Amino acid sequence: MKLLAGMPQAMSPVVTHYCPGCSHGVLHRIIAELIDELDLRERTVGVASVGCSVLAYNYFETDFVQAPHGRAPAVATGIKRARPNLFVFTYQGDGDMAAIGTSEIIHAAARGEKITAIMYNNTIYGMTGGQMSPTTLMGAVTATTPYGRREENGRPYRMAELLAQMPGTAYVARTHVADVGNIVKTKRAIRKAFEAQLNGLGFSMVEVLGNCPTNWGVTPAEANRYVMGEMVDYFPLGEFKDLTKEVLAGVRA
Amino acid sequence: MEPMMTMMKGNEALGEAAIRAGCRFFFGYPITPQSELPAYMARRMPEVGGTFLQAESELAAVNMLLGAAAAGVRAMTSSSSPGFSLKQEGISYMIGSQLPCVVVNIMRGGPGLGNIQPSQGDYFQVVKGGGHGDYRMITLAPSTVQELVDLTMLAFDLADAYRNPVALLGDGLLGQTMEPVSFPPVREPLDDKDWALTGARGRPKHVITSLELNPEGLEELNLRLQAKFAAMAAKEARWEEYRCDDAELVVVAYGTSARIARAAVDGARSIGLKVGLYRPITVWPFPVQGLARLADRGVRQFLDVEMSSGQMVEDVKLAVLGRARVDFYGRLGGMVPTPREILSEIQKLMGGEAS
Amino acid sequence: MRLRTILLELNKDRCKGCELCTEACPREVLAMGSQINALGYRAAEAIAPQKCTGCRACALVCPEVVFTIYQTA
Repeated sequence: MKLLAGMPQAMSPVVTHYCPGCSHGVLHRIIAELIDELDLRERTVGVASVGCSVLAYNYFETDFVQAPHGRAPAVATGIKRARPNLFVFTYQGDGDMAAIGTSEIIHAAARGEKITAIMYNNTIYGMTGGQMSPTTLMGAVTATTPYGRREENGRPYRMAELLAQMPGTAYVARTHVADVGNIVKTKRAIRKAFEAQLNGLGFSMVEVLGNCPTNWGVTPAEANRYVMGEMVDYFPLGEFKDLTKEVLAGVRA
Repeated sequence: MEPMMTMMKGNEALGEAAIRAGCRFFFGYPITPQSELPAYMARRMPEVGGTFLQAESELAAVNMLLGAAAAGVRAMTSSSSPGFSLKQEGISYMIGSQLPCVVVNIMRGGPGLGNIQPSQGDYFQVVKGGGHGDYRMITLAPSTVQELVDLTMLAFDLADAYRNPVALLGDGLLGQTMEPVSFPPVREPLDDKDWALTGARGRPKHVITSLELNPEGLEELNLRLQAKFAAMAAKEARWEEYRCDDAELVVVAYGTSARIARAAVDGARSIGLKVGLYRPITVWPFPVQGLARLADRGVRQFLDVEMSSGQMVEDVKLAVLGRARVDFYGRLGGMVPTPREILSEIQKLMGGEAS
Repeated sequence: MRLRTILLELNKDRCKGCELCTEACPREVLAMGSQINALGYRAAEAIAPQKCTGCRACALVCPEVVFTIYQTA
C-alpha cells in the first residue's frame, strides 16, 4: 500500500478557520509536505504574521512565534541569529509584507538573512474585511476603494522583482496555486527556497498568488480564474533570482 | 582581591555590563545620546562570540529582540526618546508573550525630535506604559556610571526571573559621563529556558504568542500577568534615603536629578536646613514604602525635582496621600538644573531667603 | 487498461464544500453531496471511485486535506 496523498506529519490535523476554497490551505499543506520531505520538523521555527494566517501556528507541528504586523522578517532575523542551526521561515500576506512590513523585508533581504519568507499575495487585506492592499489591481473594488482603485490610490507594485535586486537574496520566485500544475510548481519553488537557506546561500522568498473568494465576492473556482487571469497578467510568474542552480548543480540529480 | 577600576563612559559601561551579565545579542540603531552603546557592542560582541546587529530602525531592532528572546537567549536593545517611542509596540508584544529582555532608554529633550540634551521627559512613557494594554515593566534608574553597571547586570536577572522585559532608564548626561567603574567577571550565558523556541525535537511544539481571541482566555492571561506584576511590586522596589532621618523637607529625585539634588541637600545642611534626599532606584515599582514612612514620621514637605514638567511627582503625591505638601521644581527642553537652583527652591519652601 | 488500483478516501467532515475538487477531477469521480456535514457544508463525495486513476488533482487543489489516496496494487 503506497500513500499517494494525505495529511503531512508537519501539519496539525485540525480543521482550519480559513474560508471555503481559500488557497491558504493549499499553501500550508505544500509547506508542511516540504518540512516532512526535508526532515525539518524538529528544527523549524515558523514566524506567523498578522492577517488571515495569524493563527498559522495552530496548523503546523513546529515551534512558532507570533510577530507584530509586518515585523516577521525582523523577528525571524533575531531567531536565526540567536540559533543559526534552526530552519526559520515567515508566512506573510501582501498587506503584512508589502505595506506595513516593507522596511523589514527589504532589509532582511539586503542583509542576506538566512531565512525564507513566504508571501501569500491575494491583493487584499482579507482578515479585516477586504480593504485595498499595495498589490490590489487597478480598478478593483475593495472596502477602501469603493469606486475601484484609481490613480489617487497609487498603483500596485511587484515585491518579488524588488527583492530580487537585493544583494543578499539567493532565491526569489513568484508562483500561484490556482490550478494543479502551478500547485506543483509552487512546491518546487518553495523547495528551492528552503534549499537556499539550508545551504547557507542567503535570503530566499517565494511570492505565491492566491485567492480570496469571500472578499472578492465570487466562488472559489471564479476566484482562481481571477488569479490565473488578471493577477498573473500583472504579476508575472517565474524565478527572478536563483543562486541554487550554480551552487547545487553538482549536488542535485 | 581589589576590583580593577577603569574610566568608562556611561553608554560603553552599560554595554560592557550587559556582556558581563551573559548578554550575547544586541540589536541597536544610532541615535544621540546613546550611539556609543551600539558602537561599543559592534566592537565588543565579536570578541566574546556574540552578535551585534545594526537594525534598519528602532522598530526593527525591538522585533529582532523579540525573536532572539523567543529563542531563549539574553538580548538587549537601546535607544533614546524618539527611538524608544518606536519600540512601544514590540514591548507590549513581549509583555503579552512573556519574553525576558532588557530595553534601554537614554532620555533626551522632547517632545518630538527635541534635542540631544539630557532629560527625564519619558518617565510617563516608560513607567506608565507607552505601549498598549495592561502591563508593567520593572524600570531601573541609575544615577552614577557604577550604578548603571550594577543595575544592568541586575536587569537581566530580573527579566529572566519574571519572564518580562526590564527597562533601564538613563539620560544623556549619564550616558556621556566618564567615571571610574569596576566590573564583575564575565558570566557565560546559560541555555536553560524550557519554554524557548529551540526546535521541537523530542518535545511538543512551543508556540510563543500574545494572541488570545477568546475573551475568557485573554482575561485569564491578563490575570496571570497581573499576579506577576503584583509579585514584582511586592519584592523589587529599591530606593536610597540620604540624610532623611531628621529631615523636615525631603527632596525626591531619580537618576541625574538625584545626583544634582544631593549636592543641593548638602548645601542646605551646611546652612542649617534639615533636608534629606529620597532617591527611587526603581521608578517601577515605585518605592512608596519609604515615602509613606517618612510622611508618617512627620515630614511635612517634599520637593520633587525632575528634568521634565513633573511626571514622577504624581507618584510622589500618591505615595504621600495628602499627608504632606508636595512641591515640584523642574527644567525642560534638555536644560539641566544646578545645585544652586534647587537650593534656592528649598530655601523658598522652608521660608528663608534665596541666597 | 488499468495500470494500478487506487483507494480514494474522503474525510467528509473536513470538507467546506468549495467545489474545487469536482472541477479539478479529470474523470468525473467526484460530485458535491446533498448531506450537510459536521462543519455545516455539503461535502464532496466519490460517486465513481472505480474511475479514479490516482492522479491526485483533487488532493492537490483541496485546501482542507480531505483526500487520502493510496495505491493498493
